[in-house]
Amino acid sequence: MFHTALTSADLIFLAKGAGMTILVTAISVFIGTLLGIVFGVLRGQLGPIWFAPVTFVLDIFRSVPLLIQLVLANAFVGMVLRLHISGLTVACMVLSLYTAAYCTEIVRGGIHAVPATTRRAARSLGMSWLQDMRYIVLPLATRIALPSWIGLALGVMKDSALVYVVQVTELLKSTQILITRLQEPLFLLLICGAFYFIISFPLARFGGYLEKRWSND
Amino acid sequence: MIEIQNVHKSFGQLEVLKGIDLTVQKGEVVTVIGGSGSGKSTLLTCINGLEPIDKGRILVDGTEVHAKSTNLNKLRQKIGIVFQQWNAFPHLTVLENVTLAPRKVLGMGKAEAEAIAEKQLKHVGLGEKLSTYPTRLSGGQQQRMAIARALAMSPDYMLFDEVTSALDPQLVGEVLETLKMLAEEGMTMICVTHEMAFARDVSDRVAYFHKGIMAEIGVPEQLFNDPQHPETRKFLASVR
Repeated sequence: MFHTALTSADLIFLAKGAGMTILVTAISVFIGTLLGIVFGVLRGQLGPIWFAPVTFVLDIFRSVPLLIQLVLANAFVGMVLRLHISGLTVACMVLSLYTAAYCTEIVRGGIHAVPATTRRAARSLGMSWLQDMRYIVLPLATRIALPSWIGLALGVMKDSALVYVVQVTELLKSTQILITRLQEPLFLLLICGAFYFIISFPLARFGGYLEKRWSND
Repeated sequence: MIEIQNVHKSFGQLEVLKGIDLTVQKGEVVTVIGGSGSGKSTLLTCINGLEPIDKGRILVDGTEVHAKSTNLNKLRQKIGIVFQQWNAFPHLTVLENVTLAPRKVLGMGKAEAEAIAEKQLKHVGLGEKLSTYPTRLSGGQQQRMAIARALAMSPDYMLFDEVTSALDPQLVGEVLETLKMLAEEGMTMICVTHEMAFARDVSDRVAYFHKGIMAEIGVPEQLFNDPQHPETRKFLASVR
């Protein structure tokens, strides 16, 4: 007969960790997406040469492992800037820029995929550049970019497991704490995986729902 | 009145318009014919200000299209253009496609814009398709929707750029009928077309373009029955 020392209080502890994972992911994906839209639009408007300095910075965030980014950012904020910022803030800042780096490319690709002839038709009706972006380009680019963006958001949620290095107790860190105490690693990791699935599944399904709805347009 | 004066336009090394002069009076229908690459379509996009020009000038009701001081977005409100590819906005219904510019550009209220859109869509025979998405329409229907979309801005001038070229042959007729109807209603139109019968029936004047120059212009009877320029004769012989 299977027996575990896991109590309801431990499950609540895990749920709190899951809450922190959701919080870090939601803030980072929200800010990262906004920045990604701004950078993606600017990239299209300024062209690759004028945008090169930003591309270089974003490339750093895409190329350097997230774990290193978190450790270095935390050290920079504390030791160089001598700011007393919480680990959660550092984690959200780094993850937001990390998300923005990927989101910029997704947005750029989405905008690029909107046919130039469709944009020309909008401009020929007297629409300004801003109106063309607002009513034609971004809605169409959103439809094109949605699957990639869902993948990015799910990836960021799983990558957020690394923010424990800046003293944020999210879902995986909570699980590790329980493993140390209860010595039931496989069972606890199974529960942890189930939590991750419960968090991810609605987002994936919501993306699928939107894709299906838009494909009927 | 649209006045085109000595307009030159190049794409890189390729000069596609080599000094075009043409005046289109209010209420006039001018059809532009000619082979591929003769500069017909480029001229229309220059009139609408979608393409800059290298030399010369284009005046629409006295406003110079390419002057730096000209508000192109405002000017385009009086020059409707319909392209070979209808360029429907696929995320909007037929009604939304037609109401978008009147609402956002002209600042019309929803009810007023919808009333105008419904009138224009009925006008082009799409009164039953208001809530349909463009992808569910045939090419001919989408092209007629594009015409209604341009007309909803109440333009003074309409430019048609080979609007039947991308359509299946059985769908060409319905679009040409729509254009004929507009011409009969007195709309000022410049039509670039390969439909010679249409050009003969509808036009007040027909212009023949050849390699970036306007080789000949005249009333349809003269141009089709007694072309003066050898290139016009050669072209008409090839399309008959």
